[in-house]
Amino acid sequence: MIISELKPLEELQQALAEFDKLFLVGCAACATACKSGGEEEVFKLQEWLAEQDKDVTGSVVIDEACHIMRAARDLRHHKNAVQDADALVVLACGSGIQSISSNIEKRVVGGLNSTFLGNVRRFGHYEEMCSLCGDCILNETAGICPVTTCAKGLLNGPCGGMEDGHCEIDPDIECAWRLIYERLQSQNRQGVFARRVPPKNWSRRRKPGRYILKNGGR
Amino acid sequence: MSRLSEQLAGGQFVVTAEIAPPKGTNLAPALAEVGKFAGITAVNVTDNQGANMRLSSLALAAQLQQAGTETILQLTCRDRNRMALQSDLLGAAAFGIENLLLLSGDHSKFGDHPDARPVFDLDSVQLLDMTAGLMAGFDMVGNPLNGVPSFFPGAAVNPAAEPFELIFQKVSKKVDSGARFFQTQSIFDRDSLEHFMTAMKPLKVPVLAGVLLIRSAKMARFLNENIPGVQVPDPLVYRLDRAADPMAEGIAIARETVAWARELCHGVHLMTLGHEDKIPAILA
Repeated sequence: MIISELKPLEELQQALAEFDKLFLVGCAACATACKSGGEEEVFKLQEWLAEQDKDVTGSVVIDEACHIMRAARDLRHHKNAVQDADALVVLACGSGIQSISSNIEKRVVGGLNSTFLGNVRRFGHYEEMCSLCGDCILNETAGICPVTTCAKGLLNGPCGGMEDGHCEIDPDIECAWRLIYERLQSQNRQGVFARRVPPKNWSRRRKPGRYILKNGGR
Repeated sequence: MSRLSEQLAGGQFVVTAEIAPPKGTNLAPALAEVGKFAGITAVNVTDNQGANMRLSSLALAAQLQQAGTETILQLTCRDRNRMALQSDLLGAAAFGIENLLLLSGDHSKFGDHPDARPVFDLDSVQLLDMTAGLMAGFDMVGNPLNGVPSFFPGAAVNPAAEPFELIFQKVSKKVDSGARFFQTQSIFDRDSLEHFMTAMKPLKVPVLAGVLLIRSAKMARFLNENIPGVQVPDPLVYRLDRAADPMAEGIAIARETVAWARELCHGVHLMTLGHEDKIPAILA
């Protein structure tokens, strides 16, 4: 899921300074799961806005805020409350915020910073394991991604900063290349160590990404 | 052919040292250091060392080279993508720089620009491969070069790092990719150096042991906490702590490492960090 977190309140205060009436939008998908933009957080935001002397005209938690059409439909269901507002405050990832901003002329204020595509280790504990590079090497690296879990994204083994099998940027993080090496060993195969890995093809990750299913997905 | 490559090929015990470009444009102090490098084969010019922004290593290396000092240009993957790396290497060749130390680079987190986006478009193995390609007359995508550089590419290794097999597979890749010499991280342990050199023997690539002048116990602790891949063992920290003259003790420790290198390696790389005047004492 996409991990996101509430922006610092001072920043939000500044972003909302010129508005009196606000409509709030949350997301029932990722932002609910990582407790940044679900029902509960939308309610807390509403309480905080009341303390700031703002009027909240209404709120909605969209099923998946990243779905542009669905976001448009849900906003239509709250047409009057949306129209009454000076601006919309969106507690969703950057994708969700832009679904809303692309559907409406009104000012849209994003309330969250989106940080990474995260796996859930346990409740409230998220880890980045994939950086959506478009050129996956996992089949050779025993299912551990060096592009993401090596701080430098190295493709041919550990850097000189590995100490006691841990990462130079954080001694609490195990060196991705040590983990890859150990798992390949336990699987009795050489995997990625059998070849010199050539430079990555970053053209596969050219921004902005576009993908259209063949035959319209049928 | 660089003097470094000739001396290593001739089986001479080689001594290299290093110099850091200034923070700013004042090259006078760095150029004045040159006199202190008498008897040294080549001087490494560090590249935003420790991820601290400084004048370009290429610019200082070019000036030193023109002043008659042979350099080893350090080039990291942290601050340049593959295009910038290639164009800097061609630029280096134009200035007569032949010796290279090709590195991944410390993470930006450690330096004075921790908010910078680290690049790492290539890793050190890919950088060596690309350099070999340039020397063969082609850029990374196979375009022919008009004027082909001649380099003596080197790489780095930390012989004491564990697991050793994991470190060594990368060393082998670096050799396959054209590393013609190695300079090691600071050596503090004879046994791990000997183990490494035994493993290196079949690869037939010369190794210069890294020797760091540690001036005090305080410096040792700072290195342990802040410099990736450097771990000064407790007994040495204790020796420095206890010494009446810590600098003299640091020189003594460095001399011991040089003695191991004379026995096991093909040379030493001295990291004296501004105390180049101590080099004769370390080598004596």
